[in-house]
Amino acid sequence: MLEIKNLHVKLEEEDKQILKGVDLTIEPGTVHAIMGPNGSGKSTLSYVLSGKGGYEVTDGSARLLDHDLLDMDPEARAAAGLFLAFQYPVEIPGVGNMTFLRTAVNSQRKARGEDELSAAEFLKAVREKAKSLKIDAEMLKRPVNVGFSGGEKKRNEILQMAMLEPKMCILDETDSGLDVDAMKLVSEGVNALRDGKRSFLVITHYQRLLDHIKPDVVHIMSNGRIIKTGGPELALEVEENGYADLLAEAQV
Amino acid sequence: MIAPSKPKLTQAKIDATEARIAAIGTPDVRGWSAEPRSDALARLRAMGLPGARDEYWKFTRPQTLVQPEAPAAAVFHSGEPEVFGDMNRVKIVFVDGVFDPEESDELAPAGVTIERLSQAGSDIHWAKALYGKLETAGQDPVPRPLAALNTWAATDGLLIRVSGKTDKAVSIVYHHRDTASDVMMHHVIKLDDGAELTLLENGPAAARFNKVMEVEVGEGAKFHHVRAQGRDHERRAVTHIFARIKAEALFKSFTLTANGVLTRNECIIEMVGDDAVAHVAGACMGDGDFLHDDTVFVTHDALNCESRQVFKKVLRNGAKGIFQGKILVKPGAQKTDGYQLSQSLLLDGDSEFLAKPELEIYADDVACSHGSTSGAIDEDALFYLRARGVGEAEATNLLTLAFLAQALEEIEDEALRDVLLERLRAWLDRRID
Repeated sequence: MLEIKNLHVKLEEEDKQILKGVDLTIEPGTVHAIMGPNGSGKSTLSYVLSGKGGYEVTDGSARLLDHDLLDMDPEARAAAGLFLAFQYPVEIPGVGNMTFLRTAVNSQRKARGEDELSAAEFLKAVREKAKSLKIDAEMLKRPVNVGFSGGEKKRNEILQMAMLEPKMCILDETDSGLDVDAMKLVSEGVNALRDGKRSFLVITHYQRLLDHIKPDVVHIMSNGRIIKTGGPELALEVEENGYADLLAEAQV
Repeated sequence: MIAPSKPKLTQAKIDATEARIAAIGTPDVRGWSAEPRSDALARLRAMGLPGARDEYWKFTRPQTLVQPEAPAAAVFHSGEPEVFGDMNRVKIVFVDGVFDPEESDELAPAGVTIERLSQAGSDIHWAKALYGKLETAGQDPVPRPLAALNTWAATDGLLIRVSGKTDKAVSIVYHHRDTASDVMMHHVIKLDDGAELTLLENGPAAARFNKVMEVEVGEGAKFHHVRAQGRDHERRAVTHIFARIKAEALFKSFTLTANGVLTRNECIIEMVGDDAVAHVAGACMGDGDFLHDDTVFVTHDALNCESRQVFKKVLRNGAKGIFQGKILVKPGAQKTDGYQLSQSLLLDGDSEFLAKPELEIYADDVACSHGSTSGAIDEDALFYLRARGVGEAEATNLLTLAFLAQALEEIEDEALRDVLLERLRAWLDRRID
């Protein structure tokens, strides 16, 4: 599904290398988690994959199915099936959540040469999906993320994911700012989208999210590289001992 | 009536003023308006037409508005249906300032009397108490010579008296067909106590258009004004609204402008009765050779009044936007709530927004605030939209519309708001390749 090879990325504005050779392959239908200390490059990886400006790829490649991701505009990556659930969802005053969702869904359908959803079809789909995420009609009417609580913003991200039906989902610290109940709700939303074909990359600091969204593979990232890869037990190890041992081990 | 004493006029200003007066000649006037018109001419001569050095004309060059000959303006055919075509309205049409009886509806909706300025000849008329009077009051402390010129020489206009509530809007449509038309129109509108009126205006009107509207809103009366200025690229317009607002009355005015090489909209509001509300708002979209100037002066001279100014401008390809807005709170105008917002969205580095917000407050128990910002498209919001699959051009349009929508929120009637939003959306979508 997603194949990242030797990815090197620096900040455009300053001479600071953030990613220093990331290799990562995600098979269809699998859930991968990336953990790591602050500043290890986890969020940068998600931004670079989704096409945010301000970064320069100095080496390496990233492919989504048969697309060369790094050559594409952000909207083309989205239409190709990539979805990033933002760590900090952006507030857009003046743009209604419904308008936003519908424009996004239909833009992607159009880009893929599919028919746009009619107003009725769209409404039916969005109501159904919003209900399971406990997103009420009021929230759908409000401007995108404006005045939303932390939990509401994250649920709104998952709603977008559910509506856009991406092939590859990246969740960037989706657990940050969530209380236990909200985390459960969000995790259920994600798990409902696990269908054996769709892949997930879950970026998190904490093991507790992985209690809800069970990963197949866990990677530890540090200083711009993946330093260790293992099964779910690796996350438990981090939870118990912290990163210090792993970092020391990697430097040996 | 003599205008307040002003500094001595320069010879150049006197010459420019006399040249314009001479070019107009002698207005064809009979009956009650003769006296206020000759007063206006005296006022005009005392202050002179605006020059580039005048404080309130620093940002907008008045030359083309002042010169005797109107610069030619090509007629623009948008192919769009008329913006207020589906509204419940009484339509009155002027073509280059000339009343078009064929295109106009009967001038008689219930609760409203409408006459034409050029037809109102007798000596006794309700409009005599207002014509030129609100304009005169609005000349102090800032002179507005182009309004005095208009009071003197306007060839037509509407005298609208509202005594009750009407479900029909009065809709004035201004067509522009003559590339050299130079038009002055003057409307007087009086809402009796408790009356209600929605006034719609749209169309480019003329190659050069000078319009004055004097409005008196009686106690507890409600006046809603929505206008869409014509899209002819080369047209020029200077408009003045002089409003006097009495106790517990509501005054709301919204203007949408797209295109036009030069537009100066002045709005002078005087709140003379307690507990009144005045909102004036505008949204404009300028591209290229475009200058749009909102000059607003709100005077609070009563207790517990609320005024609100919301102006939004989207500018690109070297377009220029200007906002000069003032709130004056007179001594004793306690519990005043004054708000002023002017914002521009600059879609490139060539465009320019100049703002001069002013507050002058002589009462101690008031809340007045103003904010003025100028910025580019929010990059984070743009990326968020693109990351969801929305193309860059469409995402920019969505954010542009969202920016302007805040000004359109000032329109109370949802149907009217939607009509203008749809029009804006269509204009924006046309830009997507």
